[in-house]
Amino acid sequence: MSATENGSTPTGGKQHKTLDAVVIRFAGDSGDGMQVTGNQFTTTSALVGNDLATMPDYPAEIRAPAGTLGGVSGYQIQISNHDIYTPGDRPDTLVAMNPAALKVNLRDLEPGATIIVNTDAFTDKDIERAGFVGDPLKDDSLKNFTVLPVMLTSMTHTALADSPLSKKEKDRCKNFFALGVVYWMYGRPLEHSREWIKQKFAKNPDVVSANILALEAGHAFGETAEIFDTRYDVAAAKDVREGTYRRVTGNEATALGFITASQIAEMDLFLGSYPITPASDILHNLSRYKHYGVKTFQAEDEIAAVASAIGAAFGGAIGLTTTSGPGVALKAEAIGLAFMVELPLIIVNVQRGGPSTGLPTKTEQSDLFQAMFGRSGDAQLPVLAAATPGDCFWMAIEATRIATKYMTPVFLLTDGYIANGAEPWRIPEVETLPDLHVKFHTEVEGFAPYHRDPTTLARPWVRPGTPGLEHRIGGLEKADGSGEISYDGDNHERMSHLRAEKLERIARDIPDAEVHGADKGDLLVLSWGGTYGSVRAGVELAQAEGLAVTHVHLRHINPMPANVERLIRSFRRVLVAELNMGQLHFVIRGKFLVDADLLSKVQGKSFHVREILDRIHTLLGVGSSAPHHA
Amino acid sequence: MTTEPISGPTRDDFQSSNHVRWCPGCGDYAILAQVQRTLPELGIPRERFAVISGIGCSGRFPYYMNTYGFHTIHGRAAAVATGLKASRPDLSVWVATGDGDALSIGGNHTMHALRRNIDINILLFNNQIYGLTKGQYSPTSEVGKVTASTPMGSLDRPVWPLSLALGSNATFIARTIDREPKHMVDVLLRAAHHKGTSLVEVYQNCNIFNDKAFSHLTERTSKDAEQLRVEHGKPLLFDKGRKGIGFKNFQAVIIDVEKDGLDGVAIHDEQGPVAYHMAVAELRHPHFPTAIGVIRAVDGPVYDERMTAQIDLAVKKKGRGELKALLAGETTWRVHTTLDA
Repeated sequence: MSATENGSTPTGGKQHKTLDAVVIRFAGDSGDGMQVTGNQFTTTSALVGNDLATMPDYPAEIRAPAGTLGGVSGYQIQISNHDIYTPGDRPDTLVAMNPAALKVNLRDLEPGATIIVNTDAFTDKDIERAGFVGDPLKDDSLKNFTVLPVMLTSMTHTALADSPLSKKEKDRCKNFFALGVVYWMYGRPLEHSREWIKQKFAKNPDVVSANILALEAGHAFGETAEIFDTRYDVAAAKDVREGTYRRVTGNEATALGFITASQIAEMDLFLGSYPITPASDILHNLSRYKHYGVKTFQAEDEIAAVASAIGAAFGGAIGLTTTSGPGVALKAEAIGLAFMVELPLIIVNVQRGGPSTGLPTKTEQSDLFQAMFGRSGDAQLPVLAAATPGDCFWMAIEATRIATKYMTPVFLLTDGYIANGAEPWRIPEVETLPDLHVKFHTEVEGFAPYHRDPTTLARPWVRPGTPGLEHRIGGLEKADGSGEISYDGDNHERMSHLRAEKLERIARDIPDAEVHGADKGDLLVLSWGGTYGSVRAGVELAQAEGLAVTHVHLRHINPMPANVERLIRSFRRVLVAELNMGQLHFVIRGKFLVDADLLSKVQGKSFHVREILDRIHTLLGVGSSAPHHA
Repeated sequence: MTTEPISGPTRDDFQSSNHVRWCPGCGDYAILAQVQRTLPELGIPRERFAVISGIGCSGRFPYYMNTYGFHTIHGRAAAVATGLKASRPDLSVWVATGDGDALSIGGNHTMHALRRNIDINILLFNNQIYGLTKGQYSPTSEVGKVTASTPMGSLDRPVWPLSLALGSNATFIARTIDREPKHMVDVLLRAAHHKGTSLVEVYQNCNIFNDKAFSHLTERTSKDAEQLRVEHGKPLLFDKGRKGIGFKNFQAVIIDVEKDGLDGVAIHDEQGPVAYHMAVAELRHPHFPTAIGVIRAVDGPVYDERMTAQIDLAVKKKGRGELKALLAGETTWRVHTTLDA
């Protein structure tokens, strides 16, 4: 397609349309810079004041062969003028940088969606590599969509004609050209990205000016090209709480949460970790906060990572280890040790598709059983799950609170979806943060290592270095109180019950689960972890239809909040929605002897809002309604 | 002003009230006694010692020391100790481990502790057998060992702990013997004073499952000819000075000092090249005497010190982190409209 056909003549007569929300997906080769493009669009939209939610989707291979389906990297964002919960089910606009990106994402598009394609990438070779029979831009395979063909690569080169960069370097600027086009389409300012480019490439002024030129050229192209006849406005969100906001991903929020916990507890934070997708970013983030006294230790393996955190906890620090499912499997024995010696330890599992290596870059919630039961002996320990990217911050603090107050290891489950997803996050005032102060035991008189606090059942935490309190702990069963080694059966039974009783004490010290809807009715939808947004949005649609449906989302899974049982018994039916084959479902049925239904999904993706609504309809015998946009 | 006499802690102060439960005649008793003699010599308050162990007969060690102690899980003592020392550089951290614990299930952590050179002291009780599980061969057992799990003899070749340590870039390696208490105390003192990871291999007799494994080194009739006591700056002499060790094309040779004099006898250098330390560490029965003493002691960057230094540098560059700044991050925006709460 030639430049003339692209309609590069200025015309002026552009339409304006106002939208409440829009879903945009950027897709290209994993080397095309789609994550950067998506992140830029996200921050700019946040600064404009939209509510938003994002979902990066990238391949496990760092650089799969160029142009292949396996190498497609995507980034989806929903922006809106109101409070939203998800990155959207299906994109309204797709930016496809090559045939493979088009091929992979086409199935997610509804008829009528807009597709911006980089026509320069549609060579015979790449069309064939993507598995198309013939050029999809030239036959009628895209007839149900609005296709906006742009010669992204060659127009980037034209814009950079005077730049001293090499051809290859200029090629790399095309994502900013694409971003400029999309910025124009949705009326976004360029300032933030200009500044970001200046800082990011500060060491190379030629790269700075080239990327800014590409961005501006893309924007100008949108302004002038005939094919871009409509510009969309998505106003700032009005129904969000007053305050100062920033953008966070779940992994960033997790890191911030633990540093905050250590600051308000006035304790050292020690992270022992071994790189693993999708948890490594927590290690990366925490490593950058050394001036907050954070110690990060990249261990030789998952076992050493957790063992070092246990050693640090023995020394009186907040001991943290971060990993994903396969890493937890390796840590299991050490977690059992922490449970037995009753030291605070926090294990963060950023869940991914399993079992085994599974789907490293895709999301799943299939490690709940592992968190609850994955140890030898009777060793149930607290399990928490963050609901959203921003909630990771709060749950990191909550995990630290429970671990240090009750002297127990605590699991915090997040998942790839919220770990990599971003949302606006309201920055809390320091004064509103909970008190996490820990009192180390220093009193020599009457000290015994397993002499418990009567309320929490926590044993005393003594920092080595405290005179007169030298004592030994270990994985062998200990005599109640004295902490001497004991093989006595009655003592073991008593200690087993004491350890289990701790969970009951924690149950009295956690908030009720939030109830979205009436506290009785036809259907209770239960969910946990990162599916909060989709389930909440689906239930709200059902409620808008007048259905007697309520949503309860669990952030404390073990123990469960006190109101959960009453709620479960107040509804005609209970549906558990989760991204596994029925793990919370199994727990709920076992714990409450209730015949709960299950909505299970294990496709490496979170729920579509539509899937939640459809199941609600089915369960309540309601006919399917018209398509919704969530 | 108090009038109490100034007196440091003694061996008794380091004995816990726990009843020691190793088999009668076990070499571990001697190691325990020498450690309890050594620690009071270091001028460190008792409450600043932490003894970490894994699983095996050596795993019980912390229970008998009246210090802070942690009996952890199989093979992981070095990793737990690493976390403890990294977060608490003010503590004197000791690891009690065995040939199974440190070289089989925990081999990885031993290697990495040594290369990191974190300031901990690892005491490796090498009895060349699995004692606590009742006598299976260990990774340091000789080939052909007949045990409960190897009725026709073991097939695997042994690992040599000090050679492995040298391959792991260790800065301090030494060897001593349970039956040489004075020598052991000298070696332990050196290990304690070394900055960085020190590995002390202790030949330890298991009189139940592997009795007399080191008798050639401890029997009065043979020990002089079998022990090569290495000391920095002194020639490698044994057999009451009648024989020496020299090296020819990297190959050790025994020199008859009475006949040929000291010419060609190597002078021990703790700071010498790794290849030399490897050659000394690998001298063994029946062709050579076995080296005991400090084989290698060199300075190297110490992990926990460097970790602290990085934090200090970060604070110096950026100022001590403040919670408000942490929460705010770099890019923020303000929402003024209120949502009815």
